[in-house]
Amino acid sequence: MVMHTRDISKTPLKLALMAVVMFGFGFLMVPLYDVFCDLVGLNGKTQGQVAKVQQTIDEERWITVQFTSTNNDQMPWHFRPLQQQIKVNPGAWNTVSFWAFNPTEQAMVAQAVPSVSPAQGAEYLQKADCFCFEQQWLDAGEASEMKLVFTVVNDLPKEIRTLTLSYTLFDAGDFASPMLAHQ
Amino acid sequence: MTTVTAHHDDHVHHGPAKGLMRWVLTTNHKDIGTMYLWFSFAMLLTGGCMALIIRTELFQPGLQLIEPEFFNQMTTMHGLIMVFGAIMPAFVGLANWMVPLMVGAPDMALPRMNNWSFWILPFAFGMMLLTLFSEAGAPNFGWTFYAPLSTTYAPSSVTFFILAVHMLGLSSIMGAINIVVTILNLRAPGMTLMKMPLFVWTWLITAYLLIAVMPVLAGVVTMMLMDIHFGTSFFNAAGGGDPVLFQHIFWFFGHPEVYIMILPAFGIVSQIIPVFARKPLFGYTSMVYATTSIAFLSFIVWAHHMFTVGMPLAAELFFMYATMLIAIPTGVKVFNWVATMFRGSMTFETPMLFSIAFVFLFTIGGFSGLMLSIVPADFQYHDTYFVVAHFHYVLVPGALFGILAGVYFWLPKWTGYYYNESLGKWHFWTSFIGVNITFFPMHFVGLAGMPRRVPDYALQFADFNAIASAGAYIFGFAQLIFLVLVIKAICGGKKASSSVWEGAEGLEWSIPSPAPYHTFSEPPVVK
Amino acid sequence: MLTRFRRCLISAMMMVLSPAIYAAWELNMPQGVTEVSQSVYDLHMLILWICVGIGVIVFGVMFYSIIRHRKSRGVKAAQFHESLSLELLWTAIPTVILIAMAVPATTTLINMYDPSDADIDIKITGYQWKWQYEYMGENVSFFSNLTTSDRQIHNQDEKGSNYLLEVDNRLVIPTGKKIRFLLTSNDVIHAWWVPALAVKKDAIPGYINESWTQIESPGIYRGQCTELCGVDHGFMPIVVEVVSPQDYQVWLDAQRSAAQAQSAAAQQDWSYDQLMARGEQVYASQCSACHGANGEGLGSVFPALKDSPVATTGSVERHIDIILNGVSGTAMQAFMAQLSSVDVAAVTTYERNAWGNNTGDVITPQQIVDAKQ
Repeated sequence: MVMHTRDISKTPLKLALMAVVMFGFGFLMVPLYDVFCDLVGLNGKTQGQVAKVQQTIDEERWITVQFTSTNNDQMPWHFRPLQQQIKVNPGAWNTVSFWAFNPTEQAMVAQAVPSVSPAQGAEYLQKADCFCFEQQWLDAGEASEMKLVFTVVNDLPKEIRTLTLSYTLFDAGDFASPMLAHQ
Repeated sequence: MTTVTAHHDDHVHHGPAKGLMRWVLTTNHKDIGTMYLWFSFAMLLTGGCMALIIRTELFQPGLQLIEPEFFNQMTTMHGLIMVFGAIMPAFVGLANWMVPLMVGAPDMALPRMNNWSFWILPFAFGMMLLTLFSEAGAPNFGWTFYAPLSTTYAPSSVTFFILAVHMLGLSSIMGAINIVVTILNLRAPGMTLMKMPLFVWTWLITAYLLIAVMPVLAGVVTMMLMDIHFGTSFFNAAGGGDPVLFQHIFWFFGHPEVYIMILPAFGIVSQIIPVFARKPLFGYTSMVYATTSIAFLSFIVWAHHMFTVGMPLAAELFFMYATMLIAIPTGVKVFNWVATMFRGSMTFETPMLFSIAFVFLFTIGGFSGLMLSIVPADFQYHDTYFVVAHFHYVLVPGALFGILAGVYFWLPKWTGYYYNESLGKWHFWTSFIGVNITFFPMHFVGLAGMPRRVPDYALQFADFNAIASAGAYIFGFAQLIFLVLVIKAICGGKKASSSVWEGAEGLEWSIPSPAPYHTFSEPPVVK
Repeated sequence: MLTRFRRCLISAMMMVLSPAIYAAWELNMPQGVTEVSQSVYDLHMLILWICVGIGVIVFGVMFYSIIRHRKSRGVKAAQFHESLSLELLWTAIPTVILIAMAVPATTTLINMYDPSDADIDIKITGYQWKWQYEYMGENVSFFSNLTTSDRQIHNQDEKGSNYLLEVDNRLVIPTGKKIRFLLTSNDVIHAWWVPALAVKKDAIPGYINESWTQIESPGIYRGQCTELCGVDHGFMPIVVEVVSPQDYQVWLDAQRSAAQAQSAAAQQDWSYDQLMARGEQVYASQCSACHGANGEGLGSVFPALKDSPVATTGSVERHIDIILNGVSGTAMQAFMAQLSSVDVAAVTTYERNAWGNNTGDVITPQQIVDAKQ
């Protein structure tokens, strides 16, 4: 009977703790994934706002930047880039516009989600100002020209000569920030 | 918490209670093991009927039997029920029966929790199955339930599905904790870790995997629940989430889950082959190390399920290399089994037949797994019937044959009677032939370009689909032979000796057959 | 007696062989028509043969033991149970074989990730359950829908040779040019796959993925969606037509003039009968998958249109609004971008007059043009 009287109360508690920790780890994967995306440009996610600092402009090199827009399901706005593509020098700051129009009979709030292809180029496309940084609000029948100020960083890998910047417009009614609704 | 001494002393002198309440209130590991096994067999037949509905619809091109919406519900429910309802509970049932007997423990370490672990399952699956009768229909987004199909676009029954997953996850975690504690704390004197039977070893590792990843599954369905009902956006790009994140978290659970469903089968086969080859297992130590390394590797290969989501080159290469590495320890295991058979003195009773079929057909599934790990080729294989063929080869003649081999092997110990050997042979050969007719042609249609999860297909896939459907019927009805055999073995037959098989060694074979209601009240001493 | 037996035998054989009329048995991965697909095929065959080789050796030893080392032959079991050198050997050899596989796999993959400039960029958007192709910078954009009829799918008509693999508008691309595909989705995750090109990439809502191809031989190549995307996942094929660069230019011009013709058509007067005829076509290709061939709906998710208030007593404006803008929170999507004004007018007219919904309403294309403003 020697072995059988051993107190076993610690082991199950430790294992239960391990299960709880792993449940937490599942949620920890959410921010970890974002960090990972930032590091390796996973999914073509772009970084947030950067300061508009002057950099050396590489006038020898031209990068084609294409713009494309997609409406998510049930997003009735008209939404498109005003320029389909531009050629830019790495290091230079460029401004382009997207046009949005709300054809419905009620005010709506939208969120544009950016994505860059090829994904390994995502981290080199930096934005000082973008309509995707915050939700956009349009009244019924209202149109708006939305600005994007961006640069292509100098150390973009040599083999990349074209970057495509895509915006998908979502109906953000369920996620509208209260600040915006009061405007 | 009570120590086990106090618990089993209460019960040591009397047998099982009478009537239905014996099963509801039981804390006996043998009763609970039996219930797990019957439950999983019922689920096997339920999921099997769904598979037959699927195969009947796919017998010919065109829609004949069911409409696409119901077809999607069938594929989803078939997957969920087979994975969580048939394979996993069957292994837990075998562990309940055999682990205490193998390590010389009087019962599982936490008998009351054991009862609860089991009794959650019928409610979880009852709820899951009831969604079939709801107005919105059952979940229809595949057993991998990728967002946003399973969130924004899901039928309203998804909430019941989430609740069911939470319940069965809780059951699995509690079952796993129980097994780990039993193995770590209740081994008989002298039973060192490296003397444990391989079934115990593989289950110890499996239980750790379960404790590590079932909570992650619980996490991911919780996030879905919050996205659907509480306005968060973990997986919705509109609110700053990312649908691909879902796949990363799901497969972080999902890949170890694959090994949860196969490692105990490795253990069972490693128990059986030496007995019928009358020769000790070749490379016991390397078997333990191989299992451990497979378990570790399972945590760093998850993204090979998602090579086509558009990951950076470096990530694709990393996951490809890591996946290929798994072939090494898996190969070691296969080589060891073959080396155990080599120069043995073999007989081919049903458990051995199922084990040999396991080695043979699981290895074929392993080969197609290796092919799938090669990223450029995976771009062609991904989400086609080639994948369906692959994972059915590792799960049906792999995991399921392992379970069947184990049941045949231990059935005389449980019932006290030998099963009918010629019925067993019939069951084996019909299953073996049926399984190959069903799943081998799927390799061909997959390579030729048939996507998975489609209710209808182009004409060039017709022949092999017809063959696969015919095989599915053979395999499905073959399982009824097994049901008859088990019932007959419970009712009577040739009396089994305590060692049952010539050449069987181990604590579980030192007790009488059938195993008494209480065993090892006095711990045996292992030399 | 003999003849009867022979007749039975022949008819039994016919039953077994009759599916063979569908097509030759395809057993293997197609070699495809691009350099990439050829190297993928080579890689596939290399690994397949390596696996077969290993299988022959391992199963050979296993079946040799099963046949020779059985108790019934009076064999006494040996008692060896370990051998360090053997175990090291069968760890080392697979490692070498794996490295031999990894090298060509890596080379092929790096080649597939080539980010160099393409001649043509095509944006592909997945929808439940169709594809949209947009030729970037060319002002050409269209949807591609399954054309296999519901009657074929439900076995009322004989199935055509391209059953489930035929579309109304093919993706047309020229030979000898590097084509870049940019993939995204409008709703759930889809995957765009054409086996002959060895291109398979997920289309993910909110994000953009890319892949590329370059095809030398003209031809028609077919594929399917390969990510479960809902009820009609099995019914959204892909057809790629590869033509010479000259023919491609001609096709592009034709697409542009067709777009102009479409806006001109909206200015014309359309009769009730013309609208109904066109509406029936539009309904069959766009609406019947969910709302049923006769407007009877499907389950609880997809409402019936026959006798429904929307298509009978409700206002025409509301009906048009639903078709153009969809219904938020339901499976009803917005068709504004997918259908021309004439098509919307026709299908609205059709829905309000077919299956006994005899409202008598006639909707003109001009009404749709106005509603879009």
